[in-house]
Amino acid sequence: MFDRRLWLQARTNRTNLLLTIFFSGLAGVLTVVQARLLSDTVAQVFLQQATLADVDSRLLLLVAVIVGRSAFVWGADVSARYLASRVKAALRSTLFNHLLQLGPVHVLGERTGELTATVIEGIEALDAYFSEYLPQLVLAALAPLTILLLIFPTDLLSGLVLFLTAPLIPLFMILIGRAAEALTNRQWRTLQQMSAHFLDVLQGLTTLKRLGQSRAQTANIARVSEAFGQITLRVLRVAFLSALVLELLATLSVAIIAVEIGLRLLNNQLAFADALFILILAPEFYTPLRMLGARFHAGQAGIAAADRIFAILDTDPIVPEIQTGSEVASPRLRSAQIAIRLVDIHFAYQDGQRPALNGVSFRLESGQRVALVGPSGAGKSTLISLLLGFIRPQQGQIWINDRRLGDLDLHSWRAQIAWVPQAPYLFYDTVAANIALGRPGADKAAIQEAARQARADGFIRRLPQGYDTIIGEKGARLSRGQSQRLALARAFLLDAPLLILDEPTSNLDPETERQLEEATAALQANRTVLVIAHRLSTVASADHVVVLAGGRVVQQGRHKALAERKGLYRQLVGASSYQGLTGGAGAGGSR
Amino acid sequence: MRVATVLRYSWRLLAFLRPFKGRVLLAVLLGTMTIASSIGLLATSAWLISAAALETSLANLGVAIVGVRFFGISRGVFRYAERLISHSVTFRLLAQLRVWFYAALEPLAPARLMGYQSGDLLGRIVTDIGVLENFYVRVVAPPLIALVVGAGAIALLLYFDILLALALAVFLLLAGLVLPGLALWSTRGPGRRLVDRRVALQTGLVDGIQGMADLQAYGQTARVRGQIQKESRALMQEEERMAWLGGLYGALNLLLGNLAMVTVLLLAIPMVGAGQLEGVNLAVVTLAALAAFEAVQPLPLAAQQLEGSVQAARRLFEILDAEPAIPEPEITRALQPDHVALSVQGLRFRYGPDEPWALDGIDFSLNPGRRLAIVGPSGAGKSTLVNVLLHFWPYQEGQVLLNGWPMVDWAPEDVRRLYGIAAQDSHVFNATVRDNIRIADPQASAEAILAAAAQAQLKDVVAGLPEGYETVVGELGQALSGGQRQRLILARAMLPDPPVLVLDEPTANLDPLTERAVLQTVFGLARGRALLLITHRLVGMDAMDEILVMDKGQIVQRGRHDDLVRQDGLYRRLWQLQNRHILNEPAPAID
Repeated sequence: MFDRRLWLQARTNRTNLLLTIFFSGLAGVLTVVQARLLSDTVAQVFLQQATLADVDSRLLLLVAVIVGRSAFVWGADVSARYLASRVKAALRSTLFNHLLQLGPVHVLGERTGELTATVIEGIEALDAYFSEYLPQLVLAALAPLTILLLIFPTDLLSGLVLFLTAPLIPLFMILIGRAAEALTNRQWRTLQQMSAHFLDVLQGLTTLKRLGQSRAQTANIARVSEAFGQITLRVLRVAFLSALVLELLATLSVAIIAVEIGLRLLNNQLAFADALFILILAPEFYTPLRMLGARFHAGQAGIAAADRIFAILDTDPIVPEIQTGSEVASPRLRSAQIAIRLVDIHFAYQDGQRPALNGVSFRLESGQRVALVGPSGAGKSTLISLLLGFIRPQQGQIWINDRRLGDLDLHSWRAQIAWVPQAPYLFYDTVAANIALGRPGADKAAIQEAARQARADGFIRRLPQGYDTIIGEKGARLSRGQSQRLALARAFLLDAPLLILDEPTSNLDPETERQLEEATAALQANRTVLVIAHRLSTVASADHVVVLAGGRVVQQGRHKALAERKGLYRQLVGASSYQGLTGGAGAGGSR
Repeated sequence: MRVATVLRYSWRLLAFLRPFKGRVLLAVLLGTMTIASSIGLLATSAWLISAAALETSLANLGVAIVGVRFFGISRGVFRYAERLISHSVTFRLLAQLRVWFYAALEPLAPARLMGYQSGDLLGRIVTDIGVLENFYVRVVAPPLIALVVGAGAIALLLYFDILLALALAVFLLLAGLVLPGLALWSTRGPGRRLVDRRVALQTGLVDGIQGMADLQAYGQTARVRGQIQKESRALMQEEERMAWLGGLYGALNLLLGNLAMVTVLLLAIPMVGAGQLEGVNLAVVTLAALAAFEAVQPLPLAAQQLEGSVQAARRLFEILDAEPAIPEPEITRALQPDHVALSVQGLRFRYGPDEPWALDGIDFSLNPGRRLAIVGPSGAGKSTLVNVLLHFWPYQEGQVLLNGWPMVDWAPEDVRRLYGIAAQDSHVFNATVRDNIRIADPQASAEAILAAAAQAQLKDVVAGLPEGYETVVGELGQALSGGQRQRLILARAMLPDPPVLVLDEPTANLDPLTERAVLQTVFGLARGRALLLITHRLVGMDAMDEILVMDKGQIVQRGRHDDLVRQDGLYRRLWQLQNRHILNEPAPAID
């Protein structure tokens, strides 16, 4: 139950770790002192007929010790919480920076939710580990030792009993911990399954309702909830049972001591004050160990979270993210004229398991407009990710104005690109800040001008707070067409020489479609443009069309020439010219 | 939060415990006996030792020795039993709450749930109900136990002297009432600020991770990294401020308990001298006073957790108390499911009294064997019409007649089962292909499922899947391509053999080749049934018997494809716009 990785993290915050240990140790010592003072006072009054005046200085000392002990307990708790807070903050930054290094291709996709949850909830799960479990672990190691050292001089026999029974407790804890660990993991999985099931049902509620089957799901909800309750109870039963065993063990040891000191008291072999001292202290000896058992769950949860966190940190980044500020030796790019040459580009995902590009070559001359077409899975998005430097080709070269992309400073390269993705991400911030993404300092007039050019000014002004509306807050959800226009406004504002554009597909209404088309056309003027095309008008007016399929360039040329030739391109264009369905399209099928 | 609110929600939460009344009382009893055993153990062993210091014969101590042994063992056993019972009640209750929540949620979908994200609802059914564990385990029983134990301990000291009892009572009141009150009052402000900070950081992290592609492309990672660091540091500072308060109440409780002990000792010492208290009982009263504080120890934490529980309860009751949009009708007629004639006359609907009409005078009729298309730009009211036909929303004017009777006379679930629906937003469950089809009719035979799959031409697709019908299609059906997904949804819609087939944008997001193939399947399925095709994609329109063109809630044109294309109007405009598209499925969205 001791995790090396987490201990190393705790050691990075040495001050608070040491303070926690120091305060706990002091509180432990004062516990012993308090027991001594108390037993002596009681003994004097009880057996030597001492009056209040005889013991008042001792009582005063007792109060001081009590106050001190409480203060140290508080101090230990505060420094442990400080420790937790700082370790969390440090790990959070490390983890987030590592995700940035891994880059969007690795981070975005099926695992985004899981990764986000690890950064947010995983880090929070460490709180209890550092603020509750670890201090208790330290205490469980220190306090019994301190007490033992102080009891031995008083009474050797009682010290021996404690010394011999103490190891039984960690031993039992380890045995029970093993059993509980498997159960805890199962409980965690059941919780995940329960959440996944509920989410699935909630997202599909309308579908279920349309099928007239939504009520039938109640039974499933009951089954899944009860299964989770059952497994949680089983975990708890083990925890409670272990607590019971530990408690009985402790009681048994205390009973042995009580009998042993009682007998010697009867035979006058032991002073009453010493006997009372040992009696008060003996339960304190076992308390930290028992408390550790009670915080077992916090420890388990912390280690489980650590597993997920370090699994991410152990993943190697594909492309080292360029640190800004640090002067990079690689040449910076300052050119309004950009020409791109791709030579025999290969790329495969998942360590080569899933090939995406198999030798793609084409040119994009300065000032040219190149349209990229092809069915989904052809490799268009991979190509864009390569150009943006999210990933690097495993074979082949991308040349930018006769320089290798790999040799360029990524930061200054990206500053030359205005990228408009299919589904732009809108940040929880004002509309103005979202437009000014590429130029955070841009003034209001420039932002509004960009919005006007992107045909976005109109709907922005109709939002509750206009340009200052926070996106994502109630009533400020934007439609796809509107998001798209905000992304276009971003690109207008950035005014970069190279435009990479992923045209929106057909799922928009005609008015939005028309506005988008105008805005996109305006953006393309006087720029080098690479566009993933979904519109006939776009390919028809492009300088060059590249047809991708299965990770290869299968055709390229001008629209007119391609449309006349037999091949994939004509099939694509043909399919879109909507003859009646009854005419029969024998080919096709899904995928 | 106001005290009245806290009390009201707490009362409602307590009401759920009514069926478990007996067990809750038992748990309280056992909890009381646990702490009573603790007090008994310390008191009897203190007496035992004191007596042993005076006595010379073991025989006189017999009863006390048995007492020590009994209390030592009973304490652990009682604690074990109490925990087992209170937790098993709580987890059974929580499982039941989840079922109640779903049962309350189900009638609200989709009309009353439009303002909720599925993640939010998931949070309520999983996390919020989980939070209530604190309420039922930590908030309900401990105050009762503290009350009984406190009274008992005071009574015990009263047996010796009223002054001792009074002293204990004062300290118990301080620790049991004043401290929890202080804890509740002092942590409320910082607690809320902590939550605000945490939310701000989480929003930043989610944006930073999910918007990573846009950030990197626009060269903003360094800025966002800095922002996250700043937020993280702000959270850390808030946590550290909270750290001082967090451990304070535990320490104060320790302080009060020990001060009570010293006070009792202080008061008892003169009593021993005056002969009012036997010396042998001095250690007994002192240690019993200390032991009684175990009962009030959990109260400050319980007070702090009350706030969180009440917040969770508020979010739950918001759903449990909501009124469904469609009440269950009083009289329900049995529908003849095989032959259905649908007639819509002058239908008008709006979402609220101040809203514009979303459907404004819709007339049409639909009989078996007839194919009707409803087309128009997005926002025209097409999907609203489907929702009204499915009885998700109540309409205000006009009539929807099923076999001549008003729709509102039938049971909503019966109405819904008339329609086989395939919509673009139909949910694919994270389950096997077979279960995804079966969900439309849990009683369906294996043959019926195969037949439905065959009709939807899903057979070839299934043959290509690694585990055939047992293949689990992942989250949101990710293991399937767009066309395969649509076929799966079609197969599901066909399973109950519905008399009316409703297709809501069945081919959105499909490439034209796949779109044709899917539509051909659809027309095959429609034979002998009534078909309602809702789309803004004008594909296969020449196969329809009638086309209604909708705009802004009204039918602006109606007729057959050939005539509509020739007329000047919305239909022709849509037709022209659409023919500018070429292939390309939407690229896998990066968002």
